[in-house]
Amino acid sequence: MLTLEGVVIRQDAFELRADLDVPDGARVSVIGPSGAGKTTLLNVIAGFFEPSAGRVLWDGRDISRKPPGERGISLLFQDNNLFPHLTVAQNVGLGIDPGLRLTRDQKDRVAAALERVGLAGMGARKPGQLSGGQQGRAGLARILVQGKPLILLDEPFAALGPALRAEMLGLVEDVASEIGATLLMVSHDPGDARRLGGLAILVAEGRAEPPVEVAKLLETPPPALRDYLGH
Amino acid sequence: MKPLFIAAGVFLATQATAETSVLTVYTYDSFVADWGPGPAVEAAFEEVCGCDLQFVAAGDGAALLSRLRLEGARSKADVVLGLDTNLTAAARDTGLFAPHGIEAELDVPKPEAWRDALFLPYDWGYFAFVHDRARLPQPPASLEELADSDVSIVIQDPRSSTPGLGLLLWVKAVHGDGAEAIWEGLSDNIVTVTPGWSEAYGLFGEGEADMVLSYTTSPAYHRIAEEDDSKAAAIFPQHYMQIEVAGKLASSEQPELAEQFLSFMISDAFQSIIPTTNWMYPVAMPEGGLPEGFDAPLTADKALLFAPGEVPAERETALAEWLRALSK
Amino acid sequence: MTRSGPGWVAAGIVAALILGPLVAVFLRAETGGRVLTSDWAAVRFTILQAVLSAVLSIALAIPVARALARRAFWGRGILITLLGAPFILPVIVAVLGLLAVFGRAGIVNTGLAWLGLPPVSIYGLQGVVLAHVFFNLPLATRIILQGWQGIPAERFRLAANLGLSGVQVARVLEWPMLRAVVPGALMVVFAICLSSFAVALTLGGGPRATTVELAIYQAFNFDFDLGRAARLAVVQLVLAGSAAAVAFWAAVPAGFGAGLGRVVRRWEAETWGARALDATWIGLAAGFLIVPLAMIFLNGVNGLTQVPGVVWRAAGVSVAIALISTLLCIALALSLAMARRGWAEVVALMGIAVSPLVIGTGLFVIVNPWIDPTRLAVPVTALVNALMALPFAMRVLAPDVAKAEADFGRLADALSLRGWARLRWLILPRLRPALGFSAGLAGALSMGDLGVVALFADPDFATLPLQMYRLMGAYRMEAAAGAGLILLALSLGIFWIFDRGGRGDVDA
Repeated sequence: MLTLEGVVIRQDAFELRADLDVPDGARVSVIGPSGAGKTTLLNVIAGFFEPSAGRVLWDGRDISRKPPGERGISLLFQDNNLFPHLTVAQNVGLGIDPGLRLTRDQKDRVAAALERVGLAGMGARKPGQLSGGQQGRAGLARILVQGKPLILLDEPFAALGPALRAEMLGLVEDVASEIGATLLMVSHDPGDARRLGGLAILVAEGRAEPPVEVAKLLETPPPALRDYLGH
Repeated sequence: MKPLFIAAGVFLATQATAETSVLTVYTYDSFVADWGPGPAVEAAFEEVCGCDLQFVAAGDGAALLSRLRLEGARSKADVVLGLDTNLTAAARDTGLFAPHGIEAELDVPKPEAWRDALFLPYDWGYFAFVHDRARLPQPPASLEELADSDVSIVIQDPRSSTPGLGLLLWVKAVHGDGAEAIWEGLSDNIVTVTPGWSEAYGLFGEGEADMVLSYTTSPAYHRIAEEDDSKAAAIFPQHYMQIEVAGKLASSEQPELAEQFLSFMISDAFQSIIPTTNWMYPVAMPEGGLPEGFDAPLTADKALLFAPGEVPAERETALAEWLRALSK
Repeated sequence: MTRSGPGWVAAGIVAALILGPLVAVFLRAETGGRVLTSDWAAVRFTILQAVLSAVLSIALAIPVARALARRAFWGRGILITLLGAPFILPVIVAVLGLLAVFGRAGIVNTGLAWLGLPPVSIYGLQGVVLAHVFFNLPLATRIILQGWQGIPAERFRLAANLGLSGVQVARVLEWPMLRAVVPGALMVVFAICLSSFAVALTLGGGPRATTVELAIYQAFNFDFDLGRAARLAVVQLVLAGSAAAVAFWAAVPAGFGAGLGRVVRRWEAETWGARALDATWIGLAAGFLIVPLAMIFLNGVNGLTQVPGVVWRAAGVSVAIALISTLLCIALALSLAMARRGWAEVVALMGIAVSPLVIGTGLFVIVNPWIDPTRLAVPVTALVNALMALPFAMRVLAPDVAKAEADFGRLADALSLRGWARLRWLILPRLRPALGFSAGLAGALSMGDLGVVALFADPDFATLPLQMYRLMGAYRMEAAAGAGLILLALSLGIFWIFDRGGRGDVDA
């Protein structure tokens, strides 16, 4: 279980407070108006940004002081998810061993993961030779081999068309279920949240609310969300 | 840092294998160049001494003395070759040198000024302004004439160069208290002042000036090595001398071998190498005389030289005058 | 912070290598040490010429860099490679090349005489500044060109869409870039000119053009006043340090990279006036740089047949030293650059600001009681050459390290890429062009260096520049010119190979 305990994030005049639990294996969308601090919240959980107060806990253990790579978290950003100078297989392989000294077995796992996300036989290509959707798939293949218990996604498919985005979301869900991981996804599109189902965290007016059912939240939105949705 | 220590280790290991006695001679850099006297001298001496002669090159004459002072009595030099009489007073004050004990009549003018129990000459020359006969058929005939003329010259800085210091003392020796006036007269002739001889001679070669401060022996190089007779040294009433000397170190562990080298240095085998490698006059005329194309030295009545003991004081006054006159 | 760990180590090594010898010289000094009135005159002249040289180099580099940034033309790549040439030439070779153009018997004065005009003199302050501009204009141009290429093409597209004029583009886009880049460039050129010795003296025309470096030389070799030499070296360091402080205060120093990127399309500059202006600047700069180089080439070709065999051996020694030096320099520069701290840049700058004579003497004092210095000739020469090239390598690498970290640092952190893995899989591949360029610069600089100090000279390991000076010292000016040409060719060759190697097969 992921717990944010009395977390306060300050950045100049900006302030965001979070006090919430995310149950294991949940599908959680992080929604809210632009500039409310959705990405910052993710950065705090991932360890890229230090909160001014409070703790981040995983299964009751404090991970606030751990470096990003040791928090048991897989990440997909808006862009720069793949090193352009490495091949797709190398990019995925980094999820197994940062030194890229892979055994036969591990290489097979990389190939299998690529096949699973629909990139069979494309391991030798460089990211520049892939389409936007394929780059997203490569990122998911890495998450698959990482097998970490928490997956954070920061609008990773924002640049893709609606149909492709829906397809990718399905793949994300499959990957998360296969690992048995908890999934947290920032999105500016309520449609994405509805498609993913599960829970939602509303980030607005300086607070990250505890997760509630997506459907419930979208049906009876609080005032802050209502303004954002434009109802 | 690692390669440094590895390299050091390798070198230390090779050092231990040397067996024959080694004579270490510190000298200036151009002496050991492949076209300098070094290689021939080394071969000739090793033939007679049954030893290993090792030259260590340390910049120019002044740098040589600085190095010796830095090392002090720990220096591994047995002999230092390449100081000139302008440096011997300072060299004597270090207390590092031992008497050479050699009595010999040398063909060098002004023996009263240079005879020294610690330092023995091995070659010498006169400073002179060199010009191209075609470009300057009628060179000035004295320092005053040069100062009054509009002939352009390149000289070297007395603070960083031996010939530069030589000219400073030349003007001082000829004109005494009037030296500053001569420098004021020369200031509009001077195209530029270079850090060393090479730069000045290079500039002269490029046609940047009518004359360059060098040696009376310089035209011999062009005549002999390049078969070019166009260069000449302008003869003035008097010329300042440069006498290059060597000395034995008191700390040497091979005093006999060092003495043997100094004796060898004024013998024919060494002296016959000097004219066409160092382009200076030998201190003992070689059996076959000077090579063809080498003019006989100017007679002794034209020679000027401060005794080593006088140099430091003269240099200080003359340098102050020089700076004043040329900074106006 | 683990990431700046190697940076601290590298900074420690560099500081120890520079301050250690300085302290050693102080401790070894027995008497004296008083800085003379004439030395302060030298300090004043040194500052004057360094400021003038830096300001003029940068002022001329700005229009040249702008022209190169917005014009594509045949030979642009070659011209940019040749921009490296003056900087890596031994001083005397470059000076003789300049004299062939601007000297009393040079092309310019011959032309003036033919037109019946009075000659211009290269000797004096103007000559010193001219030579320093010749050396540093290309360097400054590359620094500033990099700044221009750092402005994304989209900005110029937006500017064109908004219909901004040339002046408006300059105010909105180019002025802020220059404010960031120019102070750093000024600082580097100023620091280089501070330790100028042979240029200032040869072209200075007389003792008015005495620099601090000459005063140090005099203190060492004629007065044997080590205390005074060390104090003057401290004065040099303080001057360079102050310049660095001012530059940091004025702007974040930006770096310079390969500078060969594509030419950004500039709609506002597509007027005939702007084209003519750019063509003029490129023509002038190319002429100013290439004509003296061509004269060095012509003089050298005649001398090539007279070059003795040992010169080729010396060329081998120089290449070997250059390669070792390059390796050391890149290792130090990369460690410092990866620390991504202001102090790292200051530490790196000390290398060019401190007198080589003082470093050499100090190292000699430290080493001599333990080991024969001539046995360390190769490593010490390589190491000191690496220190001299360090600030340049550092300025090339630092911005690209920063960019790689900005783009991919989070991803690398998330993947636990640390230490060697981060270097191997993130930094080195992203830095390939910058590494190639800085290695080329370091190698070429080492080729042209005269070798630290006579104190460590090993007669069997004479370098090419040293053999060239020896040839000059033995009247053999033509052979020396030939050796100079070999040196120029090898330096440019090393530069080109590294630079090229860095650029091949790069994925964006």
